[in-house]
Amino acid sequence: MNSRWLFKMAWRDSRSNRKKLFLYMSAIIVGVAAQVAITSFRANLNTSINEQAKELLGADLEVERNDTLQNVVLDYLDTISEEKASAIEFSSMALFPKNGYTRLSQITALDGNFPFYGVLKTNPAEAATHYQSSNTALVEESILLQFNLQAGDSVKIGNVTYMIAGALQDVPGQPIAASFVGPRIFISTTDIEKTGLLAQGSRVKYKSYIKYKPEIEPEQVRVELDSLRKDSDFRYDDVAERKKEVGNAINYLSDFLNLIGFIALLLGGIGVSSSIFVYIREKINTVAILRCVGVSSNQAMGIFVIQALSMGLVGSIIGAILGSIIQIYLPFLVQDFLPVDIALSVSWTSIFIGIITGVTISVIFALFPLLAVRKISPLFTLRTVDINLSKLLDKTTRGLLLFIVAAFVTAYAWLMLKNIVAALFFTLGLTACLALLTGFSVLITKVARKIIPTNWSYEWRQGLANLYRPNNQTTTLLLTFGLGVTLISSLYLTQDMLLGTLNFDDQDDLPNLALFDIQYDQNDGVNKIIDDNGFSIIQNVPIVTMRIQSIRGKDMKDILADSSSTARRWALTREFRSTYRDSLVETETLESGIFIGNFDDLNESVPISVDADLMEDINAQLGDTLVWDVQGFPISSYIASTRSIKWDTPQPNFFVVFPSGVLESAPQFFATTLNTPSRSASLDLQRDIVLAYPNISAIDVGQVLETVRLFVDKITFVIQFIGLFSIITGLIVLAGSAATSRFQRIRETVLLRTLGASKKQVVKIQVIEYALLGIMAGITGLVLSVGASFIISYFYFEITFIPNFLILGVEMTILVVLVLVIGLLNTRGIHNKPPLEVLRA
Amino acid sequence: MTEILQVKNLTRIFKSGSKSITVVNNINFGIQEKTSCAIVGPSGSGKTTLLGLCAGLDHPSSGNVRLNGMDLTPLSEDERAAVRNKHVGFIFQTFQLVPTLTALENVMVPLELRGNATNEVRKYALELLDEVGLSERSHHYPSQLSGGEQQRVAIARAFINEPKILFADEPTGNLDSETGAHIEHLIFDLNERLGTTLIMVTHDMELAQKCSRIIKLKNGSVEEDSMTVKVEAAVNE
Repeated sequence: MNSRWLFKMAWRDSRSNRKKLFLYMSAIIVGVAAQVAITSFRANLNTSINEQAKELLGADLEVERNDTLQNVVLDYLDTISEEKASAIEFSSMALFPKNGYTRLSQITALDGNFPFYGVLKTNPAEAATHYQSSNTALVEESILLQFNLQAGDSVKIGNVTYMIAGALQDVPGQPIAASFVGPRIFISTTDIEKTGLLAQGSRVKYKSYIKYKPEIEPEQVRVELDSLRKDSDFRYDDVAERKKEVGNAINYLSDFLNLIGFIALLLGGIGVSSSIFVYIREKINTVAILRCVGVSSNQAMGIFVIQALSMGLVGSIIGAILGSIIQIYLPFLVQDFLPVDIALSVSWTSIFIGIITGVTISVIFALFPLLAVRKISPLFTLRTVDINLSKLLDKTTRGLLLFIVAAFVTAYAWLMLKNIVAALFFTLGLTACLALLTGFSVLITKVARKIIPTNWSYEWRQGLANLYRPNNQTTTLLLTFGLGVTLISSLYLTQDMLLGTLNFDDQDDLPNLALFDIQYDQNDGVNKIIDDNGFSIIQNVPIVTMRIQSIRGKDMKDILADSSSTARRWALTREFRSTYRDSLVETETLESGIFIGNFDDLNESVPISVDADLMEDINAQLGDTLVWDVQGFPISSYIASTRSIKWDTPQPNFFVVFPSGVLESAPQFFATTLNTPSRSASLDLQRDIVLAYPNISAIDVGQVLETVRLFVDKITFVIQFIGLFSIITGLIVLAGSAATSRFQRIRETVLLRTLGASKKQVVKIQVIEYALLGIMAGITGLVLSVGASFIISYFYFEITFIPNFLILGVEMTILVVLVLVIGLLNTRGIHNKPPLEVLRA
Repeated sequence: MTEILQVKNLTRIFKSGSKSITVVNNINFGIQEKTSCAIVGPSGSGKTTLLGLCAGLDHPSSGNVRLNGMDLTPLSEDERAAVRNKHVGFIFQTFQLVPTLTALENVMVPLELRGNATNEVRKYALELLDEVGLSERSHHYPSQLSGGEQQRVAIARAFINEPKILFADEPTGNLDSETGAHIEHLIFDLNERLGTTLIMVTHDMELAQKCSRIIKLKNGSVEEDSMTVKVEAAVNE
């Protein structure tokens, strides 16, 4: 084969079509840009994590326990450490006396030069170095700004008032999102006892941070610590472990984003395929002429393969450049969630993979129309034949091509997800979605053909007929736009559904303020303050802390040592906060057994009720005996019933409920829930309670919801940003498809005008056609997204899904307007063409 | 004189649903080298189909076509394409130029395909364009040329590979009489000078009379096969 001639011919033939080819190419540009942006960003993030691995933890090793670390552990840590720091972490109300504001905060009392790697960023910078020695506090910058506070003001934590040394800006290894839960406050351990916050019932974590001696091998430390854990309950994290955890989390998110980006690229592929179909249709005559003068079928195909390949290559290169630029801005979207500072650089691997993927997609999808080129007969020069290109391919070829596409998609998803089953599901889901969209388009064209009533106006009949006549854009538009809409709309609906389940604002009977850590002797006082403020208590629940001592007569130590046990370590060793009462509450449903509400024979085994999900975690059955260590006092019990619990409510819920009559005299504290009519009333009450009892924590449901909303909003924004690429690709494909039909439109318009149609009539026909296309694509995409959201809500979140019609309506309007604008922009100038000029062409 | 084209028992049947339509029905003839032959007949008589079969653009239902001594029937489409490139030239009623190529590039295609040196091909193509009077417009695209000019480019392209046989399908059908006459003159002149065999499908009896032989078709069969006045006169002389 004369390949030089092929390249020359491909170049010459593209001359008058380059603008058109560029439009087809833009679909690939956007798809590759999305891919390269995400993979480059991920590559840079992984590099940064590797480079800043030690800063993720701030130390070589972190050891943590819910109580002070045992001496045997501390002694071992002494042998391996060059430098040590200790921290006590807990949540507590912080009161800012300057203006009386309170806020549940994350307190870290530090002793030592932590972090050993990376720096604590504060304003002023020197505050980080002297806050411990001066016994002052570092307070989260956002809260200082919110409450109009500055260095020199004070914060009261428990019974101790600290001067604020500076604003806390960044803690190594902690993303900004860590402060969403509650503002972070750093103090020294000097006066920690005086705060009175380490009392019984408080959830406190004791941590040790270690910087290894130079000769220490981390592997060896892990072995030693694992051996120590057989007798002591503590957790540890080292740099390798933390790196793995952070890396995994980031890879999950980026894999997900990558697949969403990949859908944009696939849409680009569909765009390329449909554009090349139109392109080749225009080239049938050229191919027939070339065949006449002696060009072989492979040479004829070669010309267009070279064009498609070049288009894919140039598009992919431009896309890769664009993607590399976009990745510079991606960190701004997700920086709140990143535990490291990203060093941005060009990721050549990502660019290479992006280009290869882009070119492959262009060629694979272009093969459908390109293989049809081989079937174009030279005889077409002698006779004008209306050929359906797609019918030139036999069923086997079409099947084979579809298989190649599916195999490529699966292979790519496999590469991204590293899981063949998930990759197959991805392909299957996508195929189902595309099949449904194609099915819809076939249905629409068939229905449109059948339903056009003869008594409708000419403009309506024409506009509707345009949906099914030759060269219609119905299927292309429905596939590309529909898939994009499905994707984006599903995200919106799921986000709305999740936020909807957390919206308790308008439910007066639900509590919006929960008070925790109320000591036994404080309970009456707190109740009185609530009463004095004019609010009524919804729940005042006693809480008793306890641990499991044995299950079915087997000691906890033995259970933990049993490697064949399927029970979860966290469930066995945790401190349970249990309550006692005589009945179930409305967030609980009895699953099995009988709930026994009263019991007073302490010599007998106590009938308890256990959370149904916990049963599996502790590997227990109904009727099993459990001995509890209630702060040193053993209480024998048996599982009389199991309950399913609705956890996502503001009320306190419990894994284990004892009957009334058993725990009344055990050391206990209380949690109280109530409903306040407004945020300000809630804030006033919180201030009054914290002033009187600084150890009590208040969870303001409104505040929590705001945090959750902020979190969900930020995450969904990132996903939607990537999903947006699909919509952009859809729009480009629509523009491309509209542009290819422009010549045909011009001829029709001119013919209609020659026959006496007014400009208004012609425009009306086009408005009707594009509006109908927009509505069809919208309805199809939205119906699919409602289906997808229903599946997600039912199977994944297990909540009832009610579609938000406001969202659907707004989406529909935007879509129709977009399709209409693009369609009509394409017809601009047509109406001013003199009919004769076109008819002569 | 040897026969450059031999048609034996040639039949072409088209199927449309359950119906079969015989467009070319058991045709036999032979065309001698360096002669000219017009195929005439009313619309639907099978002229163009016969031309397509003779030029190897289509495959017969039965019978065979020998072109320059080679049986086209067993050849694949790509093998027939190679034969066309080497021995056949075409002129069409609708000119059939590649719209994205300039006049010069259109003329060069058949030789470029063979991999011939570009400069020589270009030189020869320009000579041919000069012969048809279009050397000044060699860099124009088909859309920038008139119908007559486009047909002249097509003639130059048809002769560039020095074909043994030239097939012309209504070459003046889309042109006004004055331009048509000019094109006729060009075709016959080049045909004679280069010693090419000409097979022409036409409605125009006046044009047909300029050929040495006329085959008249009716309903897919040869109704009449005769030497023209031109030939008879030459024989009588």
